Amino acid sequence: MAETSQLSPGLTDEKARVGAPSDEEKVAIDGFTEEGENLSPLNTGTEQHGARRHSHGDEPVVPEASRGERLKSYRLADFAPLTGREEDWRFTPLKRLRGLHSEPLSGQAPAVTVTGASNIQVETVGRDDARFGCAAVPEDRVSAAAWEAVTAATVITIPEETVADCEVTVSVRGTDSAAAAQHIIIDARRFSRAVVVLDHQGSAVLSQNVEILVGDGAELTVVSVQEWDDDAVHVSSQQAKIGRDARFKHVVVSLGGDLVRLTPSSFFTAPGAEVEMYGLYFADAGQHLEQRLLVDHAVPNCKSRVTYKGALQGQGAHTVWVGDVLIRKEAEGTDTYEVNRNLVLTDGARSDSVPNLEIETGQIEGAGHASATGRFDDEHLFYLMARGIDEKTARRLVVRGFLNEVIQQIKVPVLEERLTEAVERELAAGNL
Amino acid sequence: MSTLEIKDLHVSINTEQGNVPILKGVTLTINTGETHAIMGPNGSGKSTLASTIAGHPRYIVDSGSITLDGEDVLEMSVDERARAGLFLAMQYPVEVPGVTMTNFLRTAKTALDGKAPSLRHWTKDVKEAMTQLRIDADFAQRNVNEGFSGGEKKRVEILQLELFKPRFAILDETDSGLDVDALKVVSEGVNREHGKGNMGTLLITHYTRILRYIKPDFVHVFVDGRIAEEGGPELADRLEEEGYDRFLVPGSATAGA
Repeated sequence: MAETSQLSPGLTDEKARVGAPSDEEKVAIDGFTEEGENLSPLNTGTEQHGARRHSHGDEPVVPEASRGERLKSYRLADFAPLTGREEDWRFTPLKRLRGLHSEPLSGQAPAVTVTGASNIQVETVGRDDARFGCAAVPEDRVSAAAWEAVTAATVITIPEETVADCEVTVSVRGTDSAAAAQHIIIDARRFSRAVVVLDHQGSAVLSQNVEILVGDGAELTVVSVQEWDDDAVHVSSQQAKIGRDARFKHVVVSLGGDLVRLTPSSFFTAPGAEVEMYGLYFADAGQHLEQRLLVDHAVPNCKSRVTYKGALQGQGAHTVWVGDVLIRKEAEGTDTYEVNRNLVLTDGARSDSVPNLEIETGQIEGAGHASATGRFDDEHLFYLMARGIDEKTARRLVVRGFLNEVIQQIKVPVLEERLTEAVERELAAGNL
Repeated sequence: MSTLEIKDLHVSINTEQGNVPILKGVTLTINTGETHAIMGPNGSGKSTLASTIAGHPRYIVDSGSITLDGEDVLEMSVDERARAGLFLAMQYPVEVPGVTMTNFLRTAKTALDGKAPSLRHWTKDVKEAMTQLRIDADFAQRNVNEGFSGGEKKRVEILQLELFKPRFAILDETDSGLDVDALKVVSEGVNREHGKGNMGTLLITHYTRILRYIKPDFVHVFVDGRIAEEGGPELADRLEEEGYDRFLVPGSATAGA
């Protein structure tokens, strides 16, 4: 269950794209090339049922030359309508987006309530507020659509040199199933410290932009929990702009919803900063949980660590993890490592994992990535059962342990407890 | 007193080349308080016997029986066998990611006893057993076998033996890959538990070295899926001097090396 690679700095004088398709192994699976092309059978233009092999030679996907060159724009019109063939949408079943990519986002956005710390500021501001766009620029059509559609934003400010007196909970409660847009700005000023939890529940069809500013020397943790109802569709761009010597921790927990697609990005803007990005997802039958992240090392001497772990059970459970790490020419002294692990618990589930590492300088501390997707291992089961533990308990022990590594990172006891219980419920529901 | 009885056991495995018989009629009786050593060249079926007793799904029992005080072991699932008092110290203990030793040991003890151990006594027992086996305290917080060296894994197997107190312990080449110091530590652990008089021990080994530390009452020589010769401790001494050569069919093998 392991496929890992490690790049040593000495070997990377030239620009390298690890994770780019190789010709070494040709796997003939219908609807599936080395790049995992045409993965969503619901997308237009793909036909992959039946014995016929699909054709995608006439409209090939042309990936951008570098992840850093992807189109960024506040204008919806700059992005072409989606077909499902785009590099960054090829795993997403567009028809299940319920109009987020094609309809006006005029529905009622989920209600936002901010509770917790008393020494922070919470405002609702209009479009003309200067902080719109302070940290993010949309990188895809759905994000740009939300950018154009919103009329207001919730702004959470942790003032300079302030340590939030407890965690901040941003409760997002959806009740409407019309496609809607939402904007949240988290502004952690210089030398501030805080934990902000975005807690998504209820039912919604939502395109969301979350802008995160991490000021110089600030320490910010943002936890995004998706415990939506079964019918919810949630697409969220969460971009963080990270200042000098800042510490940023981002945790994604996706458990509920029909389709959840998060694109968390960390942009380093000054040296000395450190980023940790964690993710936990548990997909049940029919659920599509996708996460595509970017760590953009554009300045020297920054450090990033990415750990995403997922479990899947049931027919049609699908998870996607794409981890892009970009080390630009200027980013000497970069230290980065990303890892994704998936545990496939039953037949009929599918997990895609694509680590990409793009390196434009050899003068780095280290860069590596690892990805492994494995089935529940019979030898683990035998070992535990040979010690008297029944099969059900043994399976739970392993899955719980597997996911716990990420839950432990949240460090908000109440939330950790709640998520541990949620994972237990998933395990119970899957009859594992 | 308990008795583990193996009668005319035939076991095979399915491979890509088809069904391959491994055990070809093994008969063996072990009583509480006895130590039996099973010795033999590589590929003679020693480890197959151990895994079959524990119930590893890879091994197919074609005929014969295994009973524990008259109860049919072959009818039991893997965990039922463990709860009935059978313990296999594995040759290659697997790493179980995400599960700490502490959690694993307590969960297993609870399953074996049918109730959670008293927290105070349990913690003390675990600590003591770890100290005696010279296992670092920080192992308790590490994931089961993850990143342990070969010797550490074997010591952790014997730790479990001492904590779980089985009626019959099957040690599958527990001595392989151990240096002399580790071999002594591990042997002391087995002797401590055996010395309490409530356990029968089936010691599977390729080498005679461990028999200097764990004294067998009976020695069985395994060749080609059968017991070729049986005797007392003196048989082990003879094997130490002569090796397995005289048991090997001339011209058939370069094994035994």
